[in-house]
Amino acid sequence: MSATLPASLAANPRLSQWLGFTPDGAVVIRPGKVEIGQGILTALTQIAADELDVAIPRIRIETVATPTSPDEGVTSGSLSVQNSGVALRHVCAEARAIFLGVAAQGSGVPIEALRVEDGDFVGPQGAVGSYWTLAERGLLDGEATPGARAKPPAARVTAGTSTARLDLPDKVFGRPRFLHDMHPAGLLHARVLRLPSRGATLREVAPGPLPEGATLVRDGSFLAVLAEAEHVADKALARLARLAQWDEHDTLPDEGAMPAWLRQAAGESSVVAEHDRGEAPATRRIKRDFFRPLVAHASVGPSCAMACWTGEAVEVWSHTQGPYNLRLDLAKALRIPVESVVVRHVEGAGCYGHNGADDVALDAALAARGVPGRTVRVLWSRADELGWSPFSSAMLVEVEAGLDDAGNIAEFRLDVTSNGHSSRPGRGALPTLLAASTLDPPFAVPLAINMPVKGGGGAQRNAVPIYRIGKLNIGMRTITDMPIRTSAMRGLGAPVNVWAIEAAMDELAGLAGEDPLAFRLRHLDDARAAAVLQRAADMAGWAQRGTAEGTGMGLAVARYKNLGAWCAVVAEVAAEAEVRATRIWIAADLGEVVNPDGAVNQLEGSAIHATSQALKEAVRFDRRRVTSDSWDSYPILRFSEVPKVDVALIDRPEMPPLGAGEPAFGPTVAAIANAIHAALGVRPRAMPFTAANLAAAMET
Amino acid sequence: MIAFTLNGAPAALDLPEDVPLLAALREAAGLSGPRFGCGVEACGACHVLLDGRSVPSCLLPLSAVAGRAVTTVEGLGSETAPHPLQSAFLAEQAGQCGYCLSGILISAVALLQAKPDPDEAEVRAALEPHLCRCGSHNRIIRAVLRAAREGVPA
Repeated sequence: MSATLPASLAANPRLSQWLGFTPDGAVVIRPGKVEIGQGILTALTQIAADELDVAIPRIRIETVATPTSPDEGVTSGSLSVQNSGVALRHVCAEARAIFLGVAAQGSGVPIEALRVEDGDFVGPQGAVGSYWTLAERGLLDGEATPGARAKPPAARVTAGTSTARLDLPDKVFGRPRFLHDMHPAGLLHARVLRLPSRGATLREVAPGPLPEGATLVRDGSFLAVLAEAEHVADKALARLARLAQWDEHDTLPDEGAMPAWLRQAAGESSVVAEHDRGEAPATRRIKRDFFRPLVAHASVGPSCAMACWTGEAVEVWSHTQGPYNLRLDLAKALRIPVESVVVRHVEGAGCYGHNGADDVALDAALAARGVPGRTVRVLWSRADELGWSPFSSAMLVEVEAGLDDAGNIAEFRLDVTSNGHSSRPGRGALPTLLAASTLDPPFAVPLAINMPVKGGGGAQRNAVPIYRIGKLNIGMRTITDMPIRTSAMRGLGAPVNVWAIEAAMDELAGLAGEDPLAFRLRHLDDARAAAVLQRAADMAGWAQRGTAEGTGMGLAVARYKNLGAWCAVVAEVAAEAEVRATRIWIAADLGEVVNPDGAVNQLEGSAIHATSQALKEAVRFDRRRVTSDSWDSYPILRFSEVPKVDVALIDRPEMPPLGAGEPAFGPTVAAIANAIHAALGVRPRAMPFTAANLAAAMET
Repeated sequence: MIAFTLNGAPAALDLPEDVPLLAALREAAGLSGPRFGCGVEACGACHVLLDGRSVPSCLLPLSAVAGRAVTTVEGLGSETAPHPLQSAFLAEQAGQCGYCLSGILISAVALLQAKPDPDEAEVRAALEPHLCRCGSHNRIIRAVLRAAREGVPA
């Protein structure tokens, strides 16, 4: 019997905030998490169907809108099922008990003799009521109470099965579903003219006509054009770009010297973890550096938002991951009370973290301010999306590790240097939204933060190895100068830390004269980690792997955030003009899996994303501007380059569910790096693992 | 006024000749399937069939389609009468966020019209102009191969 409520429910305890019934036979669920392509709406529907004993088609989902939906913060960190699913399961189980209790009392049939059949309460003599007949009795007005009422895992019918994605038909038939597809009456289209370079300020807008029907919006250095027709707004933007005169100066570091910049920039150091078990000292050591440049979310759909003002209040439609958080920062940036802002979530394209979704919402609110009563939509350009969204920070990880005489890991030191990994809105005194720093008067740009380890960490996420180690020192230095805005992206610091740790493990195994798999297994006390590692190795035929020239296999394992899902990856690469990943095998332990195919989809998708980042991606910039603002200059993995991916889930229905969207990312990067060593004999030191970066690694 | 055939029916749009086809389809024709992704023919999200060929629509001027046949994903099928490729995409759960899917479906239709029994390499080659950031590629390839197996009406 659990004595506490799930965290999301404790923060939003009123049952009716999560769940409702209608007299005509529908169930309405109102999760606080949003669909970002991860399939959460389907998984939550499955959970509700099971606990309420209703068929899935009866369930309707109301997406998040402030201020009525539960505030579940941000849909991030692979926590959707973990937080929202567990809360909703509790709510539905408690609602079922409340309704059955009322039906029993009203009918005289003992509650033990009642069962629920697709929403009808059925006793020995037939139906005695339903959710629908009791829908308007206010039975869910109370608050959730602690205690476990949810069904035992064996009694679940739809949770644990691969229910088809509820949102996919709209997407396959081209029906309007995205925010980009909304056409409210009287819609105006806006385009924002981004600064020509970082830190530029507007000197003047030279006189000159805009296309007929287009109007200019200006606030400080924030410039936008409004038009009835979208193609006119596009033309007006091109015209405005020629009229605007700017003051510009160099603000960015030398892209080619970023590792040195990370070493020298001002920062705050902290200890992430340390221990000394007083065992035998290291007698053989390795010391290595690992560097990753800034990388972009690179959503295929540019960020989009709509806004409509009524007096001093504004309603905003956004594909943000955190509607409540966005609401707070919109209020700050617009200098209005938070009660005057409503944020409604509508789906956008996949975001993979904090991209431009929140920023464009402020753009829309600013563009719409002068035309109250009109809904204004802003759509970012491809260059805006790739050039101005927040990026995942450049990172430098230094590892020094050693073995004792017996071949055990005696010492492991890891120091990670990085900017912060969260500039998400709603968490500080200042708005983090892009346009806020261009207003008159401007807001200072808040520094990105690294959350503490107990919240999953930021740059230090997964910086602590999961292996048995005699003497451990893990440190982090958070850079306090942020020339390029950084924020959360899939895995935060985990991809680089896992790569560094798992590359070091391979080298230590080499020092010990041991197979990388056996060496890892010998240092793993975590049985679930060992199980996924062994499973992935078996899937890939690790023990029988070949030694053909120019090809190789590597493996890696991690427990996401050191407190989430366990995931092991084996990668196979072929060295051609560039390195190509040919096969990926993934084994994951996600605890309870609500939708196995959905989880597999997330794991394989994140592995392909990780492959793209590992082999191809880097944000490019000169001393003033990000220059990788097109698909030519920021290439990502294409169909011809995508590896085959095999996934196995170790299902543990009795264990708490853990998210699937991120755990494979770090191990995939690391497995590819280790496979490159097997294929070419070179240890990658810098991402992306291009021929040029590998050649540089060979020289050092 | 520019007249053409849109999803099998006559259409006439009163827009300047240089308006991109994508903008015309989304704004004036009320369609949502073809999507804006980059505006420079580099991502595939806006592909439509033009006289049976899969082409990007984000730069193509509306005047270029006068008298020709344009098909968007909406013209392929519906939930009650899905195109075999749409059925196959649902059967394989081939998608995550789904933003790229309309364009990919269009190129897949063009491929299967030209080559009813493609191998995997041919599917990859046909879909090379399309970017998918969610990593649904392998499911999408499986879906196209499934549709080829299960038959596409001529």
